[in-house]
Amino acid sequence: MFLQQLINGITIGSTYALVAIGYSMVFGVLELINFANGAVYMLGGYLTLMLYTGLVGNFGLSFALGILLTGAIGYCIDRFGLRRLRAKKVPKITGLITTLGISTIIENAVRIFFGSETKPYPNRIDFGQITLGGVTISSSQMIILLVSVFLMTITSLMVYRTKMGKAMLAISQSQEASLLMGINVNAIISLTFIISSALAAIAGTMVGMYYQNIDASMGFSVGMKTLASAVLGGVGVLPGAMVGGVLMGVFETLGASYISSGYRDAISFAILIIVILFKPSGLFGRKQITKV
Amino acid sequence: MSEVLKVVDVTQRFGGLVALAGIHLYIKPGEIVGIIGPNGAGKTTLFNVITGIYHPTEGKVYLEGADITSYKTHQIAKAGFARTFQNIRLFGKLSVMDNVIAGMHTCRKTNLLDAILHTKRRRREGREAQEKAESLLKLMDLWEDRHSLASALPYGHQRRLEIARALATEPKLLLLDEPAAGMNEQETLELREMVLQLKKMGLTILLIEHDMKFVMNICERIYVLNHGELIAQGTPKQVSQDQAVIEAYLGEEE
Amino acid sequence: MNKIFEFCARNTWKLLGTLLVLLAVFPFVFTSSYILRIAITVLMFIVLSLSLNLLIGYLGQMSMGHAAFWGIGAYTAAILSTKLNVSSLGTFLAAMLVAGVFGLLLGLPVLKLKGYYLTVVTLGFCEIIRLVELNWMDLTRGSLGIAGIPPLNFFGKAFKSSRSVYFIALLLVIFTVYLVHSIINSRIGLAIMAIRDDDVAAASIGIHVFVYKVMVFIIAGMLAGLAGAFYAHYISFIDPSGFTTGQSMELVILAIFGGLGSIPGAILGATILTVLPETMRALMEYRGMIYGIIIVVMMLVKPDGLLGRVNFKYIRQRLSAEKAKKQEGKSHE
Repeated sequence: MFLQQLINGITIGSTYALVAIGYSMVFGVLELINFANGAVYMLGGYLTLMLYTGLVGNFGLSFALGILLTGAIGYCIDRFGLRRLRAKKVPKITGLITTLGISTIIENAVRIFFGSETKPYPNRIDFGQITLGGVTISSSQMIILLVSVFLMTITSLMVYRTKMGKAMLAISQSQEASLLMGINVNAIISLTFIISSALAAIAGTMVGMYYQNIDASMGFSVGMKTLASAVLGGVGVLPGAMVGGVLMGVFETLGASYISSGYRDAISFAILIIVILFKPSGLFGRKQITKV
Repeated sequence: MSEVLKVVDVTQRFGGLVALAGIHLYIKPGEIVGIIGPNGAGKTTLFNVITGIYHPTEGKVYLEGADITSYKTHQIAKAGFARTFQNIRLFGKLSVMDNVIAGMHTCRKTNLLDAILHTKRRRREGREAQEKAESLLKLMDLWEDRHSLASALPYGHQRRLEIARALATEPKLLLLDEPAAGMNEQETLELREMVLQLKKMGLTILLIEHDMKFVMNICERIYVLNHGELIAQGTPKQVSQDQAVIEAYLGEEE
Repeated sequence: MNKIFEFCARNTWKLLGTLLVLLAVFPFVFTSSYILRIAITVLMFIVLSLSLNLLIGYLGQMSMGHAAFWGIGAYTAAILSTKLNVSSLGTFLAAMLVAGVFGLLLGLPVLKLKGYYLTVVTLGFCEIIRLVELNWMDLTRGSLGIAGIPPLNFFGKAFKSSRSVYFIALLLVIFTVYLVHSIINSRIGLAIMAIRDDDVAAASIGIHVFVYKVMVFIIAGMLAGLAGAFYAHYISFIDPSGFTTGQSMELVILAIFGGLGSIPGAILGATILTVLPETMRALMEYRGMIYGIIIVVMMLVKPDGLLGRVNFKYIRQRLSAEKAKKQEGKSHE
């Protein structure tokens, strides 16, 4: 029973991790909480579904197009919203409110085009299940785990091992200095948004398949949870976001089965609050010295 | 007479980094004392230790004989140390006048109830604050700017406003962190006059400054820091002829 | 635009008087219950917007849990009046007290946190409070909500008509404006705004940063609780779906839209963003989307909100100084 719940928790947690990476990457570069990330996650799921049922008919192709489209929307969020703000050097809170507004726009647009009711979602990764010592693992769970681990590895390598990652780090230190060093600041930031949106779209689609349904409000609640995961791990630190996401999934699954399903989300938030209070920099973040 | 400030054997470590090592320092009432040293010598760190922003790893800080080492910043301000900051820290969205009145926080007693009920105390203290702010602003030559936002002031004026705000706390010791930084010659000259004026009023001043002419002209005694250590102290003349000091400065220019 | 602001600054008292007269006459001119309902909603959101403005605009702490205090106030009033028959004066005071205590409980641990950590914790707090409201069946009846909350009654007299409720809401607004204005323009207010602009510098002039932060959290919580109690009695039915994190965010938008750190701004923001969606009833379906677009455009065009950069006190001071100077010049001639 415990082991079973643990595996269920890790599965859903690994999708949280993918979304949490998005929060963490954008925060790492811009020191901005991108509140639209949750809505983008939900939108990614819907776009794949729309392409599949409405236009393409082939799920794999729809999935790929859905990821691309969502990535493009991530680009637009930065290009037509946040970049203009950066140029004006407005306080950070303005960017935060803008992403809140964008999140509202996306959620309501989805409601208008697809309706507010829960929609059934085809599961194209269901090839049966295996049972090992009383623990059942479905093919969906295995695929979700594998895909998530693969994507996390790729993203980590990109951020920590490539020139692009170095450029991101440089921008987070100083945008002006990075510009002087010949880094194309806007391009790197756009790329950050594209990657985080694409990851969110993949997570959204996989969760849609896993639960076999999707609804417009899931962006908000998962957005909150994944943001919490990113903070739990230490905002701006990618491994932190990954571990935070998985932990969040495990906590809420265990909490729901052993304590109370009604308080599922409350448990994860309570843990988050406790972690922040005792270790404000998150599990993996570094403590900062106040400079005066 | 007892020292306004006495720093005894203060060491400050950040992880493995030793920012200050065994610093001793004192100031007597009415003195103007300077701290000089190359960049990264630990001057501002020392200010931060004295004003409670950092708590030293070892050593003690005394204010008129009382141990204030463990005090928090706001308690130290109340006890009588006021400071300015190297990278100006004003209340940008408040007017010049309000910046100074905010500085009188510890001298006023209006509490929440007074504020809500508009009591006599609130009105009296409000009037007194206006008058006191007027004299401070005139002293620092900021009266014309009184209704501008602090963030809209030119640089030199911002530095003076920081001093005015610190003075509003009625300090026993004024700590100035590079007051002349970024000022042109004319402004520096005016600042010097103002500081001397403050000394005449009986204030005790400890200042960090890179402008050697300014320091040498104004300070009675000087401490020299390098790499977190005190390498020399004495009158401006003694310090400027000190071999260790010359080496520290020449070494930096290489 | 500047001329208008100067005019307002010069004639503050006259304008305020006129506004009050208009507000007093309003329910006699517009008697339709629909319009009065909008007006009452606007007034309640003004209280919420002002209280949140204390936190975000004056103290500079980005709280995303304000709906929780609103909900706590509403539930306190609903439970006390349905189960114990407490009169509205009692429920109002109790709602303020309970919400204030929660403000303290949240504030004590949270206010040492910086920036987005505080934002995330307040967000989590709001979710937890909502989930408690949703799951504590014995006390709150969960998602069924509490129905049949008695209308406002003071000193044995029930206030049922829209007009009388309107005047009570107006009194609450006047009380809140007076309170916020009194605090902000005092020594306490200067300390609060000093913390907002630079907490290190504030501590360096002797301001006990933590105490003032907690104080503002409590006051803001109490005012939101008061609005909640009013809401419960007015609407007579509450359930947890009204006090979500999403609602908290809308409150934040309300406060920012009008202009942070400005009382007229908070009032204007609450008014416009409550009335505007009502005028778009025909476009019901598109309301949320238009709301989002307004916010994004607003941030791009006027990021400080409508009145965020306008400080009438400073304009007034500047004008009177200019006037004094002119007179001095004349007397010298």
